Amino acid sequence: MRLAAKIGEWLDHRLQLAAPIREAAEHRVPRNTASWFYVFGSAALTVFLIQLVTGILLALIYVPSAGEAWSSLQNLNHDVALGWFIRGMHGWGSNFMVAIVLIHMVQVFLFGAYKFPRELTWIIGVFLLLMTLGMAFTGQIMRFDQDAYWGLGIGASIASRVPVIGPAAVKLMLGGPIIAGATLSRFFALHVFVIPGLLVAFVGLHLLMVLKLGITEWPMPGRIVRRTTYEREYHTLTRQDGEPFVPYAVWKDMFFAGFIILAIAACAFYFGPFGPTGQPDPTIIQTAPKPDYFFLWLYALLSLLPPSMETPFLLIGPPLAIVALVLLPFLSGEGEKSWKRRPIAVLTVLLIAVTLGTFTRMAQFAPWSPHMNAWSGDPVPDRFVRGTTALERQGALVFQVKQCRNCHALGATGGQRGPALDSVAVRLTQDQLIRQVIQGGGNMPAYGKNLSPAETTALVAFLETLHPARQAPARDASRDTVLGESGQKPLRAQP
Amino acid sequence: MSTKLVTISPATDAALSRRGFLAKVGILFNGLAAMLLAVPIGRYLFSSVSRGTGNGYLSWVPLGSVSDFPEGETRLASFRNPNVMPTDGKTVDTACWVRRVTGDQFQVFAINCAHLGCPVRWFPQSGLFMCPCHGGAYYRDGSRASGPPERGLFEYAYKVENGLVTIQAGELPTPGGPTAALGLEKPPCA
Repeated sequence: MRLAAKIGEWLDHRLQLAAPIREAAEHRVPRNTASWFYVFGSAALTVFLIQLVTGILLALIYVPSAGEAWSSLQNLNHDVALGWFIRGMHGWGSNFMVAIVLIHMVQVFLFGAYKFPRELTWIIGVFLLLMTLGMAFTGQIMRFDQDAYWGLGIGASIASRVPVIGPAAVKLMLGGPIIAGATLSRFFALHVFVIPGLLVAFVGLHLLMVLKLGITEWPMPGRIVRRTTYEREYHTLTRQDGEPFVPYAVWKDMFFAGFIILAIAACAFYFGPFGPTGQPDPTIIQTAPKPDYFFLWLYALLSLLPPSMETPFLLIGPPLAIVALVLLPFLSGEGEKSWKRRPIAVLTVLLIAVTLGTFTRMAQFAPWSPHMNAWSGDPVPDRFVRGTTALERQGALVFQVKQCRNCHALGATGGQRGPALDSVAVRLTQDQLIRQVIQGGGNMPAYGKNLSPAETTALVAFLETLHPARQAPARDASRDTVLGESGQKPLRAQP
Repeated sequence: MSTKLVTISPATDAALSRRGFLAKVGILFNGLAAMLLAVPIGRYLFSSVSRGTGNGYLSWVPLGSVSDFPEGETRLASFRNPNVMPTDGKTVDTACWVRRVTGDQFQVFAINCAHLGCPVRWFPQSGLFMCPCHGGAYYRDGSRASGPPERGLFEYAYKVENGLVTIQAGELPTPGGPTAALGLEKPPCA
């Protein structure tokens, strides 16, 4: 022991780090900050460190070459001892990091911790969030599979829409004119050197400011932040009702960090690594690429926005959101901290959470995507053809073979791009059905050129049978007037 | 003439001392060096952009002989990107849809949806291209049918020489890209 103490003394005589470290560890924090609500910042740091370690471990095996990345991941998954586990840790760590950074941000926002004098801490936090998302996107590219390949295509398509510099931005992003070897190499450089380097620097600044300015006190309704008095009040608080950070508050951070590490390891162990999916071979077109979890909301948004609004939204939305986040501490740098007195802040968080959650949930089903194999894989349920005429049955065949099923469900199977057609005859009259089939409209292509008159007649005859047994199909009243009862088709109830 | 004691006062902010001057020259010198270095670094960094101006990447690649593509039908073809780098792997092979309208009249569509670049699939029965991502659909002549795309499918410039269908390729077709304008003039209707 004496030897260890001697070595320690020898080192510190030269490094002179013990005193500042002790000072940092024992800086006084308000007693009420020793709360489970204050653990997310340190948890984000913990996950970041896990990502650094597992990332370096993966780099020992991974080959950042478009020709070999995919097989080196297969090698990691199947041949290298516990390679699958390290990949799983890194992949799940990425999900955890995005989630924890977001939770941390919401907590900081609701506690008013971004207010004076911690504006810069918040702004750097905003950039840390962007870098975290940047790591998530570039990490998805490292898993160089079909999703990564087509995901890059989506990124390139978005970048190309920037006015004037779009085409140049695409070539800069891809490292050439197409998605190829140079693309993976530069995303590897971004994922492994550029963004992590920036992250380390910004995390350092972020932590330094937390130490210098002190952790925000528990927000009390009615305790107003004023630029003139806040710092004095805070110092009084830490002097009178403060404790050293170590050990008073740190144990909760440590417990939570340990819990997060175990949670990531458990996810990696039970659920395993992510992918890789199919080989990044662009000639294999039977694929429906989907982004990773944290970008699913964007996938939904890009499907649901009206086409004309999409480009403006993509190009103006993100800069606007970033500017709003950066300006936040300047717009409301003073005033109430407590969420109990900031209803609009609470509603904003709820609105954003519900919106992102809804989009994410929808993207898991992707009702806007045609079911490419529904026409050949999901037969028309026999109750829809029982007791039908030859013409109507021919119509059911046309319905199937013309891929109507890819977008329209029947008997709860098939695509959801268009409305389900189980009771379409109640909604549309014969004339309206003919018009819709031939001219299209809404989100439906016009089938006029792809159906012969006989096929259209048969298809519409089949569609007219699609109504519940006790509900009459839609009738054109003008026909009754002009043609009398004979103008309408006789009612034939569906079994 | 009386002797006057000359005192050298320490440099203040107002008066520039010799060392202060030299430090400023040093900064200037390093700034010049940095600027000089910025030129090759910038050119290296933007090499993928500067080469691509003026069709730098495009060249003619063969898709197959005319007889591979029956009249009135649309077939999947694939070609090798004209610029191959040693680390490209499988990514240099690209698919495209070839529609032989009649005789030597073709339309060669990019596989990439005009919305966000996902691979579109051709359904001959309904005469539609459908995109699996966000549900874009196109008619057989490549024009927009429905969904989020704002335009028809991208088309490659093609020519028929010695019985071979050849297209001008080498760049990923994107909505804002230089090759995007090709498909915009109304294609001949079959």
